[in-house]
Amino acid sequence: MTTLERPTHALSVDDVVAVAAEHADAVDRDARFPAESVEAMRAAGLLSASIPASLGGGGYSLTDLARVARALGGACASTAMIFAMHHTQVLSLSRHGLSSPAVADLLRRIVSEQLLVASATTEINIGGDVRTSGCAVELDGDRYRLTKNAPVISYGEYADVVLVTARRSVDSAPSDQVLVAALREDLTLEKTGTWDTMGFRGTCSPGFMLHATGSAEHVVPAPYADISAQSMLPSAHVLWGGAWTGIADAAVRKARTSVQKAARKTPGVTPPAAARLAELMVVHQQLHDTVHTAATTFDAHADDARFLGSIGFALSINAVKVTASNLLIDIVARALLICGIAGYREDSELRMSRHLRDSHGSAIMVSNERILAHNAQLTLVHKGVPGGGL
Amino acid sequence: MSTTAALDVDRIRQILATHGKLPVAVDAVADDDDLYDAGLTSHASVNVMIALEDEFDVEFPDELLQKATFSSITAIADALATLEQ
Repeated sequence: MTTLERPTHALSVDDVVAVAAEHADAVDRDARFPAESVEAMRAAGLLSASIPASLGGGGYSLTDLARVARALGGACASTAMIFAMHHTQVLSLSRHGLSSPAVADLLRRIVSEQLLVASATTEINIGGDVRTSGCAVELDGDRYRLTKNAPVISYGEYADVVLVTARRSVDSAPSDQVLVAALREDLTLEKTGTWDTMGFRGTCSPGFMLHATGSAEHVVPAPYADISAQSMLPSAHVLWGGAWTGIADAAVRKARTSVQKAARKTPGVTPPAAARLAELMVVHQQLHDTVHTAATTFDAHADDARFLGSIGFALSINAVKVTASNLLIDIVARALLICGIAGYREDSELRMSRHLRDSHGSAIMVSNERILAHNAQLTLVHKGVPGGGL
Repeated sequence: MSTTAALDVDRIRQILATHGKLPVAVDAVADDDDLYDAGLTSHASVNVMIALEDEFDVEFPDELLQKATFSSITAIADALATLEQ
């Protein structure tokens, strides 16, 4: 981690992790935005970590970003998810928007002002398919206008920029989408729901009626279909995977503490739970390997649009998300059983409740069912094998 | 365009009409128009691919399973031509 720190920043990644850990229980209990952690990320320059160094950013690879998400996830899952979602959006801008001077300027502002970027991709009455939109960009001279009924905008109330998908124009088909970078000053958000959930409570993700009007230059010229396939989906799945590996780290640390404590009481006798811990380590390793392989594969092909646009890659990056969330749920459940009553109690150092509740969010906040349904379609034409290239 | 290619285009158009679920009539789409702009969804494009494989008795290898391959009627005809050779 220390190799990623930039000396110009007031805080290190380790400092941010410490702040996130300090407030994690309060954030979870009150379902409140982790304001302290996000301020710490700003002080560490972490909100511009994914932006190319040529624009003043950290120039982190996806592997680097996943490592930070993991460190944060070990402390506060909501903070890690916010970091992951923010960089998924920033990468969409930096990888597809640089031909637009206005987008390049916005990226420089994200560096200098450490702006937090959220997204509004789902829409009410569109059936949950983020690759189609009902709402449309209305152009009026050099201004755009846009209204979207979004069932979820994570940390929408706290974001400085919201990336919104919409049809390219009022005459465009539902699948002909663009991405609009709506600045806070160009936005009105009317909250349409609440966010009182089982886990990821600090992501503060209620629904909003979003109205935006701003400079037409903030409509990203690249087709959203390309942004989604080549950047948004792979970075989201890998960075969520990083955050979830962090949750798994936290749960496994508690299970290990429990077993090692028992072992120290009876030296020479291997506690029965040690075998369960050994099994847990196998699954934990699988989760790490799944996410790390996906991150390095992406980094190796980051500029290869044909590779990233292939059906084989789509299948594999969707599999990463499903695998990582299923493994996380398994890992936390195993860790709870190893900790036993100490993990079950809320007043114990080994309490597992927050990790257990957060772990289930990984399969539900973006539904594994929906991802598998999409993969089911792709399997009808795909002929390759995992790792087989195009 | 050879006669065979012209016939292929008619068969491709028929498949798009049946499986493309385009919000517009296929006749209103020119051979070089972008099918995704015309409303072809990723879901429908898979059904188009399967129908093309059946109709032309070919298998699209993975390197052709790209958005670009199915981006226009001409692009589909070109891809089929490489497979039928």
